[in-house]
Amino acid sequence: MPRIRVRLTFPPELIQEPIVYRLVKDFDLVINIRRADVKADYGWIALELEGDEGALERGVRWLKGKGVQVDPIERDVIVP
Amino acid sequence: MEKLNGLRCRECGRRYPATPVHVCEFCFGPLEVDYRYDTLKTVVTRASIAAGPPSMWRYKDLLPVEGDVAVGHHVGFTPLIRAQNLADELGCREVWVKNDSVCHPSWSFKDRVVSVAVTKAREFGYDTVACASTGNLANSVAAHAAEGRLKSYIFIPADLEQGKVLATLVYNPTLVAVHGTYDEVNRLCSEIADKYRWAFVNVNFRPYYSEGSKSYGFEIVEQLGWRTPGHIIVPCAGGSLITKIWKAIKEFKALGLITEPVTTKMHAAQAAGCGPIVTMIRNDTDVLVPVRPNTIAKSLAIGNPADGYYAYRTVKESGGFGAHATDEEIVEGMLLLARTEGIFTETAGGVTVAAAKKLIETGVIQRTDSIVICITGNGLKTPDALYDRLEAHVKIKPSLSAFDRALADLKSHAT
Repeated sequence: MPRIRVRLTFPPELIQEPIVYRLVKDFDLVINIRRADVKADYGWIALELEGDEGALERGVRWLKGKGVQVDPIERDVIVP
Repeated sequence: MEKLNGLRCRECGRRYPATPVHVCEFCFGPLEVDYRYDTLKTVVTRASIAAGPPSMWRYKDLLPVEGDVAVGHHVGFTPLIRAQNLADELGCREVWVKNDSVCHPSWSFKDRVVSVAVTKAREFGYDTVACASTGNLANSVAAHAAEGRLKSYIFIPADLEQGKVLATLVYNPTLVAVHGTYDEVNRLCSEIADKYRWAFVNVNFRPYYSEGSKSYGFEIVEQLGWRTPGHIIVPCAGGSLITKIWKAIKEFKALGLITEPVTTKMHAAQAAGCGPIVTMIRNDTDVLVPVRPNTIAKSLAIGNPADGYYAYRTVKESGGFGAHATDEEIVEGMLLLARTEGIFTETAGGVTVAAAKKLIETGVIQRTDSIVICITGNGLKTPDALYDRLEAHVKIKPSLSAFDRALADLKSHAT
Protein backbone atom coordinates (compact mmCIF):
# COMPACT_ATOMS: atom_id res chain seq x y z
CA MET A 1 0.00 0.00 0.00
CA PRO A 2 1.49 3.41 -0.92
CA ARG A 3 2.51 5.70 1.93
CA ILE A 4 3.36 9.38 2.01
CA ARG A 5 4.93 11.46 4.74
CA VAL A 6 3.43 14.91 4.94
CA ARG A 7 3.23 17.93 7.16
CA LEU A 8 -0.19 19.52 7.47
CA THR A 9 -0.42 23.15 8.54
CA PHE A 10 -3.79 24.40 9.77
CA PRO A 11 -4.96 27.99 9.61
CA PRO A 12 -6.85 29.31 12.68
CA GLU A 13 -10.32 28.74 11.22
CA LEU A 14 -9.72 24.99 10.89
CA ILE A 15 -8.31 24.31 14.34
CA GLN A 16 -11.68 23.26 15.70
CA GLU A 17 -12.56 20.97 12.79
CA PRO A 18 -11.96 17.19 13.02
CA ILE A 19 -9.80 17.11 9.90
CA VAL A 20 -7.83 13.96 10.73
CA TYR A 21 -11.01 12.08 11.62
CA ARG A 22 -12.52 12.99 8.24
CA LEU A 23 -9.39 11.76 6.44
CA VAL A 24 -9.75 8.34 8.04
CA LYS A 25 -13.52 8.10 7.75
CA ASP A 26 -14.15 9.58 4.30
CA PHE A 27 -11.02 8.50 2.41
CA ASP A 28 -10.24 5.21 4.11
CA LEU A 29 -6.68 6.29 4.90
CA VAL A 30 -4.50 4.87 7.65
CA ILE A 31 -3.03 7.69 9.70
CA ASN A 32 0.08 7.57 11.86
CA ILE A 33 0.83 10.86 13.62
CA ARG A 34 4.52 11.25 14.51
CA ARG A 35 4.78 14.79 15.79
CA ALA A 36 2.47 17.75 16.15
CA ASP A 37 2.13 21.19 17.64
CA VAL A 38 -1.42 22.43 17.87
CA LYS A 39 -2.13 25.70 19.61
CA ALA A 40 -5.34 27.62 20.09
CA ASP A 41 -4.97 29.53 16.86
CA TYR A 42 -2.52 27.53 14.78
CA GLY A 43 -1.23 24.04 14.32
CA TRP A 44 0.75 21.51 12.34
CA ILE A 45 0.88 17.74 12.25
CA ALA A 46 3.64 15.54 10.79
CA LEU A 47 2.10 12.25 9.81
CA GLU A 48 2.21 9.25 7.55
CA LEU A 49 -0.77 8.56 5.30
CA GLU A 50 -1.31 5.08 3.92
CA GLY A 51 -3.92 4.06 1.38
CA ASP A 52 -4.37 3.26 -2.28
CA GLU A 53 -3.03 5.85 -4.68
CA GLY A 54 -6.43 7.22 -5.67
CA ALA A 55 -7.50 7.62 -2.06
CA LEU A 56 -4.26 9.41 -1.18
CA GLU A 57 -4.70 11.81 -4.09
CA ARG A 58 -8.34 12.49 -3.20
CA GLY A 59 -7.46 12.96 0.45
CA VAL A 60 -4.70 15.45 -0.31
CA ARG A 61 -6.94 17.31 -2.75
CA TRP A 62 -9.69 17.51 -0.11
CA LEU A 63 -7.24 18.83 2.47
CA LYS A 64 -6.04 21.55 0.13
CA GLY A 65 -9.62 22.44 -0.74
CA LYS A 66 -10.34 22.90 2.96
CA GLY A 67 -7.41 25.33 3.26
CA VAL A 68 -4.91 22.97 4.89
CA GLN A 69 -1.35 23.44 3.64
CA VAL A 70 0.02 20.05 2.61
CA ASP A 71 3.80 19.83 2.30
CA PRO A 72 6.17 16.90 1.96
CA ILE A 73 7.87 16.21 5.26
CA GLU A 74 11.02 17.97 3.99
CA ARG A 75 8.93 21.08 3.17
CA ASP A 76 11.23 23.19 0.95
CA VAL A 77 12.31 20.63 -1.64
CA ILE A 78 12.33 23.23 -4.40
CA VAL A 79 14.77 25.92 -3.44
CA PRO A 80 15.88 29.00 -5.31
CA MET B 1 40.56 9.65 12.29
CA GLU B 2 37.05 8.54 13.27
CA LYS B 3 35.36 11.90 13.52
CA LEU B 4 31.65 11.10 13.05
CA ASN B 5 29.34 9.53 15.59
CA GLY B 6 26.74 9.34 12.83
CA LEU B 7 23.49 11.25 12.51
CA ARG B 8 21.22 12.46 15.28
CA CYS B 9 17.59 13.57 15.26
CA ARG B 10 17.31 17.25 16.12
CA GLU B 11 14.00 16.62 17.85
CA CYS B 12 14.09 13.33 19.73
CA GLY B 13 17.86 12.77 19.78
CA ARG B 14 17.64 9.25 18.32
CA ARG B 15 20.92 8.18 16.67
CA TYR B 16 21.45 6.80 13.17
CA PRO B 17 24.53 5.57 11.33
CA ALA B 18 26.06 8.00 8.82
CA THR B 19 24.06 6.89 5.77
CA PRO B 20 22.01 8.83 3.19
CA VAL B 21 18.95 9.35 5.41
CA HIS B 22 17.50 12.65 6.45
CA VAL B 23 14.33 12.12 8.49
CA CYS B 24 13.97 10.38 11.84
CA GLU B 25 11.91 7.25 11.28
CA PHE B 26 10.22 7.74 14.64
CA CYS B 27 9.30 11.40 14.96
CA PHE B 28 9.95 12.62 11.39
CA GLY B 29 12.35 15.21 12.78
CA PRO B 30 15.35 16.31 10.70
CA LEU B 31 18.68 14.53 11.15
CA GLU B 32 21.97 16.31 11.76
CA VAL B 33 25.60 15.18 11.62
CA ASP B 34 27.01 14.38 15.06
CA TYR B 35 30.80 14.73 15.51
CA ARG B 36 33.26 13.30 18.01
CA TYR B 37 34.40 16.60 19.42
CA ASP B 38 36.72 14.94 21.95
CA THR B 39 38.69 13.43 19.07
CA LEU B 40 38.56 16.61 17.01
CA LYS B 41 39.88 18.65 19.93
CA THR B 42 43.13 16.71 19.81
CA VAL B 43 43.59 17.29 16.09
CA VAL B 44 42.14 20.64 15.04
CA THR B 45 44.17 23.73 15.91
CA ARG B 46 44.50 27.22 14.48
CA ALA B 47 47.81 26.09 12.98
CA SER B 48 46.35 22.94 11.39
CA ILE B 49 43.63 25.03 9.78
CA ALA B 50 46.04 27.71 8.61
CA ALA B 51 48.17 25.00 7.00
CA GLY B 52 45.21 23.88 4.89
CA PRO B 53 44.32 25.00 1.36
CA PRO B 54 42.90 28.48 0.66
CA SER B 55 39.39 27.06 0.30
CA MET B 56 36.59 25.82 2.56
CA TRP B 57 38.44 22.49 2.73
CA ARG B 58 40.86 23.94 5.27
CA TYR B 59 37.99 23.07 7.67
CA LYS B 60 37.58 19.54 6.29
CA ASP B 61 38.05 17.98 9.74
CA LEU B 62 34.87 19.80 10.82
CA LEU B 63 32.88 18.80 7.74
CA PRO B 64 31.24 15.37 7.25
CA VAL B 65 33.55 14.34 4.39
CA GLU B 66 35.61 11.28 5.37
CA GLY B 67 37.54 10.46 2.19
CA ASP B 68 39.18 12.70 -0.39
CA VAL B 69 37.42 15.83 -1.60
CA ALA B 70 35.79 14.85 -4.90
CA VAL B 71 34.61 18.17 -6.33
CA GLY B 72 34.76 21.88 -5.64
CA HIS B 73 38.38 22.02 -4.54
CA HIS B 74 38.38 25.81 -4.83
CA VAL B 75 35.08 26.59 -3.12
CA GLY B 76 35.06 29.17 -0.36
CA PHE B 77 37.67 31.21 1.49
CA THR B 78 36.01 34.19 -0.13
CA PRO B 79 37.01 37.73 0.84
CA LEU B 80 35.97 39.24 4.16
CA ILE B 81 36.21 42.93 3.35
CA ARG B 82 36.53 45.81 5.81
CA ALA B 83 33.80 47.94 4.25
CA GLN B 84 34.76 51.40 5.47
CA ASN B 85 32.84 53.29 2.79
CA LEU B 86 29.67 51.43 3.67
CA ALA B 87 30.40 51.92 7.38
CA ASP B 88 30.73 55.68 6.82
CA GLU B 89 27.44 55.71 4.92
CA LEU B 90 25.71 53.79 7.71
CA GLY B 91 27.35 55.91 10.41
CA CYS B 92 29.11 52.90 11.91
CA ARG B 93 32.62 52.22 13.12
CA GLU B 94 33.33 48.68 11.90
CA VAL B 95 31.47 46.96 9.06
CA TRP B 96 32.65 43.85 7.26
CA VAL B 97 31.22 42.21 4.16
CA LYS B 98 31.63 38.47 3.74
CA ASN B 99 31.53 38.26 -0.01
CA ASP B 100 30.25 34.97 -1.45
CA SER B 101 29.16 36.74 -4.61
CA VAL B 102 32.59 35.56 -5.82
CA CYS B 103 32.38 32.01 -4.49
CA HIS B 104 33.83 29.57 -7.02
CA PRO B 105 32.54 28.03 -9.26
CA SER B 106 28.93 29.24 -9.57
CA TRP B 107 29.00 32.56 -7.68
CA SER B 108 26.89 31.81 -4.66
CA PHE B 109 27.31 30.23 -1.22
CA LYS B 110 25.43 27.18 -2.53
CA ASP B 111 28.79 25.95 -3.81
CA ARG B 112 29.72 25.28 -0.19
CA VAL B 113 26.80 22.96 0.51
CA VAL B 114 26.76 21.31 -2.90
CA SER B 115 30.47 20.44 -2.92
CA VAL B 116 29.97 18.59 0.38
CA ALA B 117 26.81 16.83 -0.85
CA VAL B 118 28.36 15.75 -4.16
CA THR B 119 31.54 14.57 -2.43
CA LYS B 120 29.38 12.52 -0.04
CA ALA B 121 27.42 11.16 -3.02
CA ARG B 122 30.68 9.84 -4.44
CA GLU B 123 31.67 8.43 -1.03
CA PHE B 124 28.38 6.54 -0.82
CA GLY B 125 28.82 5.21 -4.37
CA TYR B 126 26.05 7.19 -6.06
CA ASP B 127 26.37 7.95 -9.77
CA THR B 128 23.52 10.48 -10.00
CA VAL B 129 22.83 13.72 -8.18
CA ALA B 130 19.66 15.79 -8.32
CA CYS B 131 17.88 18.84 -7.01
CA ALA B 132 14.77 20.91 -7.56
CA SER B 133 15.70 24.52 -7.95
CA THR B 134 14.95 27.70 -9.83
CA GLY B 135 18.34 29.33 -9.40
CA ASN B 136 21.57 29.20 -7.41
CA LEU B 137 21.22 25.62 -6.23
CA ALA B 138 20.56 24.35 -9.75
CA ASN B 139 23.62 26.22 -11.07
CA SER B 140 25.82 24.72 -8.41
CA VAL B 141 24.57 21.12 -8.59
CA ALA B 142 24.94 21.04 -12.37
CA ALA B 143 28.45 22.53 -12.20
CA HIS B 144 29.72 20.16 -9.52
CA ALA B 145 28.13 17.13 -11.17
CA ALA B 146 29.94 18.04 -14.38
CA GLU B 147 33.23 18.33 -12.53
CA GLY B 148 32.66 15.01 -10.75
CA ARG B 149 31.51 13.28 -13.96
CA LEU B 150 28.22 12.36 -12.30
CA LYS B 151 24.83 12.32 -13.96
CA SER B 152 22.58 15.12 -12.80
CA TYR B 153 18.84 15.74 -12.88
CA ILE B 154 17.57 19.22 -12.24
CA PHE B 155 13.83 19.71 -11.71
CA ILE B 156 12.25 23.07 -12.41
CA PRO B 157 8.70 24.41 -12.64
CA ALA B 158 7.76 24.47 -16.36
CA ASP B 159 6.88 28.16 -16.31
CA LEU B 160 10.41 29.25 -15.34
CA GLU B 161 11.82 31.70 -17.90
CA GLN B 162 14.54 30.36 -20.23
CA GLY B 163 16.91 33.10 -19.11
CA LYS B 164 16.90 31.65 -15.61
CA VAL B 165 17.97 28.18 -16.71
CA LEU B 166 20.88 29.06 -19.02
CA ALA B 167 23.40 29.14 -16.19
CA THR B 168 22.33 25.59 -15.35
CA LEU B 169 21.87 24.17 -18.86
CA VAL B 170 25.39 25.11 -19.84
CA TYR B 171 26.76 22.29 -17.64
CA ASN B 172 24.70 19.72 -19.58
CA PRO B 173 22.49 18.24 -16.86
CA THR B 174 19.17 16.55 -17.62
CA LEU B 175 16.71 19.34 -17.02
CA VAL B 176 13.17 18.23 -16.22
CA ALA B 177 10.51 20.91 -16.50
CA VAL B 178 7.44 19.91 -14.48
CA HIS B 179 4.01 21.31 -15.27
CA GLY B 180 2.09 22.09 -12.11
CA THR B 181 1.85 24.39 -9.16
CA TYR B 182 4.78 24.98 -6.84
CA ASP B 183 3.21 22.60 -4.30
CA GLU B 184 2.75 19.85 -6.87
CA VAL B 185 6.33 20.11 -8.12
CA ASN B 186 7.59 20.21 -4.55
CA ARG B 187 5.73 17.03 -3.59
CA LEU B 188 6.69 15.20 -6.78
CA CYS B 189 10.37 15.87 -6.13
CA SER B 190 10.06 14.55 -2.58
CA GLU B 191 8.52 11.34 -3.98
CA ILE B 192 11.24 11.02 -6.65
CA ALA B 193 13.90 11.44 -3.98
CA ASP B 194 12.21 8.68 -2.01
CA LYS B 195 11.94 6.28 -4.96
CA TYR B 196 15.21 6.56 -6.91
CA ARG B 197 18.68 5.85 -5.63
CA TRP B 198 19.90 9.33 -6.41
CA ALA B 199 21.67 11.83 -4.22
CA PHE B 200 18.97 14.49 -4.00
CA VAL B 201 21.27 17.05 -2.45
CA ASN B 202 18.76 18.92 -0.30
CA VAL B 203 16.53 15.92 0.47
CA ASN B 204 18.19 12.61 1.34
CA PHE B 205 21.63 14.30 1.53
CA ARG B 206 20.41 17.29 3.51
CA PRO B 207 22.22 16.44 6.77
CA TYR B 208 25.57 16.47 4.93
CA TYR B 209 24.71 19.21 2.44
CA SER B 210 23.69 21.70 5.11
CA GLU B 211 26.95 21.22 7.04
CA GLY B 212 28.80 22.90 4.17
CA SER B 213 27.33 26.22 5.31
CA LYS B 214 29.42 26.06 8.47
CA SER B 215 32.47 26.92 6.40
CA TYR B 216 31.00 30.41 5.88
CA GLY B 217 31.00 30.92 9.66
CA PHE B 218 34.45 29.38 10.16
CA GLU B 219 35.86 31.78 7.58
CA ILE B 220 34.32 34.84 9.25
CA VAL B 221 35.99 33.94 12.54
CA GLU B 222 39.37 33.02 11.09
CA GLN B 223 39.48 36.04 8.76
CA LEU B 224 38.66 38.33 11.68
CA GLY B 225 41.81 37.03 13.37
CA TRP B 226 40.09 34.30 15.41
CA ARG B 227 37.61 36.63 16.99
CA THR B 228 33.86 36.90 16.67
CA PRO B 229 32.02 40.05 15.60
CA GLY B 230 29.33 41.80 17.61
CA HIS B 231 26.67 41.12 14.99
CA ILE B 232 26.16 38.92 11.94
CA ILE B 233 23.28 39.71 9.60
CA VAL B 234 22.26 36.68 7.56
CA PRO B 235 19.76 36.37 4.71
CA CYS B 236 17.20 33.64 5.42
CA ALA B 237 15.43 31.44 2.88
CA GLY B 238 15.09 27.90 4.26
CA GLY B 239 16.70 29.14 7.48
CA SER B 240 19.62 26.72 7.50
CA LEU B 241 22.50 29.15 6.86
CA ILE B 242 21.99 31.23 10.01
CA THR B 243 21.84 28.09 12.17
CA LYS B 244 25.02 26.71 10.61
CA ILE B 245 27.01 29.93 11.00
CA TRP B 246 26.01 29.86 14.66
CA LYS B 247 26.95 26.18 14.90
CA ALA B 248 30.35 27.00 13.36
CA ILE B 249 31.02 29.64 16.00
CA LYS B 250 30.00 27.29 18.79
CA GLU B 251 32.20 24.51 17.41
CA PHE B 252 35.24 26.79 17.22
CA LYS B 253 34.52 27.88 20.79
CA ALA B 254 34.12 24.29 22.01
CA LEU B 255 37.40 23.32 20.34
CA GLY B 256 39.22 26.20 22.02
CA LEU B 257 39.94 28.02 18.74
CA ILE B 258 38.09 31.11 20.00
CA THR B 259 39.51 32.25 23.32
CA GLU B 260 37.40 35.35 24.02
CA PRO B 261 33.78 35.04 25.21
CA VAL B 262 31.34 34.86 22.28
CA THR B 263 28.92 37.80 22.36
CA THR B 264 27.85 37.65 18.70
CA LYS B 265 24.20 38.37 17.99
CA MET B 266 22.75 36.62 14.96
CA HIS B 267 20.18 38.66 13.00
CA ALA B 268 17.83 37.36 10.31
CA ALA B 269 17.18 39.31 7.10
CA GLN B 270 14.17 38.55 4.90
CA ALA B 271 12.06 40.25 2.27
CA ALA B 272 8.79 41.79 3.42
CA GLY B 273 7.10 39.74 0.69
CA CYS B 274 8.44 36.48 2.09
CA GLY B 275 9.51 36.87 5.67
CA PRO B 276 7.97 34.15 7.86
CA ILE B 277 11.12 33.72 9.99
CA VAL B 278 11.52 37.43 10.71
CA THR B 279 7.80 37.58 11.51
CA MET B 280 8.34 34.84 14.14
CA ILE B 281 11.22 36.80 15.63
CA ARG B 282 9.41 40.12 15.69
CA ASN B 283 6.24 38.55 17.15
CA ASP B 284 8.34 36.50 19.55
CA THR B 285 6.57 33.24 18.74
CA ASP B 286 7.92 29.84 17.76
CA VAL B 287 4.92 29.29 15.46
CA LEU B 288 5.86 29.66 11.82
CA VAL B 289 2.97 30.79 9.65
CA PRO B 290 3.65 29.83 6.00
CA VAL B 291 3.34 32.58 3.39
CA ARG B 292 2.96 32.81 -0.39
CA PRO B 293 6.15 34.52 -1.59
CA ASN B 294 5.73 37.84 -3.36
CA THR B 295 9.11 39.54 -3.62
CA ILE B 296 11.86 40.38 -6.09
CA ALA B 297 14.27 38.48 -3.81
CA LYS B 298 13.60 35.19 -5.60
CA SER B 299 16.62 33.48 -4.07
CA LEU B 300 15.04 33.87 -0.62
CA ALA B 301 11.49 32.98 -1.67
CA ILE B 302 10.66 29.98 0.51
CA GLY B 303 7.24 30.34 2.08
CA ASN B 304 7.37 27.40 4.50
CA PRO B 305 11.04 27.07 5.45
CA ALA B 306 12.08 23.73 6.93
CA ASP B 307 14.61 25.30 9.28
CA GLY B 308 12.45 28.27 10.20
CA TYR B 309 11.98 27.14 13.77
CA TYR B 310 15.71 26.48 14.22
CA ALA B 311 16.57 29.85 12.68
CA TYR B 312 14.21 31.51 15.15
CA ARG B 313 15.83 29.63 18.02
CA THR B 314 19.32 30.63 16.87
CA VAL B 315 18.36 34.28 16.83
CA LYS B 316 16.75 34.06 20.26
CA GLU B 317 19.66 32.13 21.77
CA SER B 318 22.20 34.68 20.53
CA GLY B 319 20.12 37.70 21.52
CA GLY B 320 19.71 38.90 17.94
CA PHE B 321 16.70 40.21 16.07
CA GLY B 322 15.38 40.43 12.50
CA ALA B 323 14.29 42.89 9.84
CA HIS B 324 12.13 42.78 6.72
CA ALA B 325 13.05 44.67 3.53
CA THR B 326 10.54 45.88 0.97
CA ASP B 327 11.28 45.49 -2.75
CA GLU B 328 12.22 49.16 -2.92
CA GLU B 329 14.57 48.81 0.05
CA ILE B 330 16.11 45.68 -1.50
CA VAL B 331 17.03 47.59 -4.66
CA GLU B 332 18.35 50.47 -2.56
CA GLY B 333 20.46 47.96 -0.61
CA MET B 334 21.95 46.51 -3.80
CA LEU B 335 22.75 49.97 -5.10
CA LEU B 336 24.22 51.09 -1.78
CA LEU B 337 26.64 48.16 -1.64
CA ALA B 338 27.64 48.63 -5.28
CA ARG B 339 28.10 52.40 -4.90
CA THR B 340 30.12 52.20 -1.69
CA GLU B 341 32.15 49.00 -1.98
CA GLY B 342 32.10 48.04 -5.66
CA ILE B 343 30.27 44.79 -4.96
CA PHE B 344 27.37 43.78 -7.17
CA THR B 345 25.17 41.40 -5.20
CA GLU B 346 21.95 39.65 -6.10
CA THR B 347 18.65 40.65 -4.53
CA ALA B 348 19.33 38.53 -1.42
CA GLY B 349 22.33 40.75 -0.70
CA GLY B 350 20.10 43.78 -1.10
CA VAL B 351 17.85 42.28 1.58
CA THR B 352 20.78 41.84 3.95
CA VAL B 353 22.16 45.35 3.45
CA ALA B 354 18.67 46.85 3.86
CA ALA B 355 18.03 44.79 6.99
CA ALA B 356 21.40 45.85 8.46
CA LYS B 357 20.56 49.49 7.80
CA LYS B 358 17.20 49.14 9.57
CA LEU B 359 18.68 47.33 12.56
CA ILE B 360 21.27 50.08 12.91
CA GLU B 361 18.79 52.94 12.44
CA THR B 362 16.39 51.49 15.00
CA GLY B 363 19.15 51.08 17.58
CA VAL B 364 19.05 47.27 17.68
CA ILE B 365 22.67 47.35 16.53
CA GLN B 366 24.89 49.98 18.15
CA ARG B 367 26.94 52.07 15.72
CA THR B 368 30.11 51.36 17.69
CA ASP B 369 29.75 47.57 17.41
CA SER B 370 31.49 45.34 14.86
CA ILE B 371 29.09 44.12 12.18
CA VAL B 372 29.38 41.41 9.51
CA ILE B 373 26.97 41.55 6.58
CA CYS B 374 26.55 38.26 4.72
CA ILE B 375 26.51 38.52 0.94
CA THR B 376 25.63 35.17 -0.56
CA GLY B 377 25.18 35.59 -4.32
CA ASN B 378 26.24 37.51 -7.40
CA GLY B 379 24.25 40.38 -8.90
CA LEU B 380 24.89 39.32 -12.48
CA LYS B 381 22.44 36.49 -11.87
CA THR B 382 19.52 38.83 -11.22
CA PRO B 383 20.13 42.00 -13.26
CA ASP B 384 16.43 42.29 -14.08
CA ALA B 385 15.83 43.62 -10.56
CA LEU B 386 17.64 46.80 -11.60
CA TYR B 387 16.50 47.27 -15.20
CA ASP B 388 14.08 50.08 -14.37
CA ARG B 389 16.44 51.78 -11.95
CA LEU B 390 19.58 52.40 -14.00
CA GLU B 391 20.26 54.36 -17.13
CA ALA B 392 23.22 55.97 -18.89
CA HIS B 393 23.80 59.40 -17.34
CA VAL B 394 25.05 61.18 -20.42
CA LYS B 395 24.32 60.66 -24.10
CA ILE B 396 26.35 62.69 -26.60
CA LYS B 397 27.24 62.97 -30.26
CA PRO B 398 30.72 61.67 -31.20
CA SER B 399 32.53 65.00 -30.94
CA LEU B 400 34.85 66.52 -28.37
CA SER B 401 32.79 69.70 -28.18
CA ALA B 402 29.68 67.68 -27.37
CA PHE B 403 31.56 65.96 -24.56
CA ASP B 404 32.93 69.32 -23.29
CA ARG B 405 29.40 70.70 -23.07
CA ALA B 406 28.08 67.57 -21.38
CA LEU B 407 30.91 67.61 -18.83
CA ALA B 408 30.34 71.28 -18.04
CA ASP B 409 26.65 70.52 -17.65
CA LEU B 410 27.37 67.62 -15.27
CA LYS B 411 29.69 69.76 -13.18
CA SER B 412 27.17 72.57 -12.92
CA HIS B 413 24.55 70.07 -11.72
CA ALA B 414 26.98 68.68 -9.19
CA THR B 415 27.62 72.07 -7.60
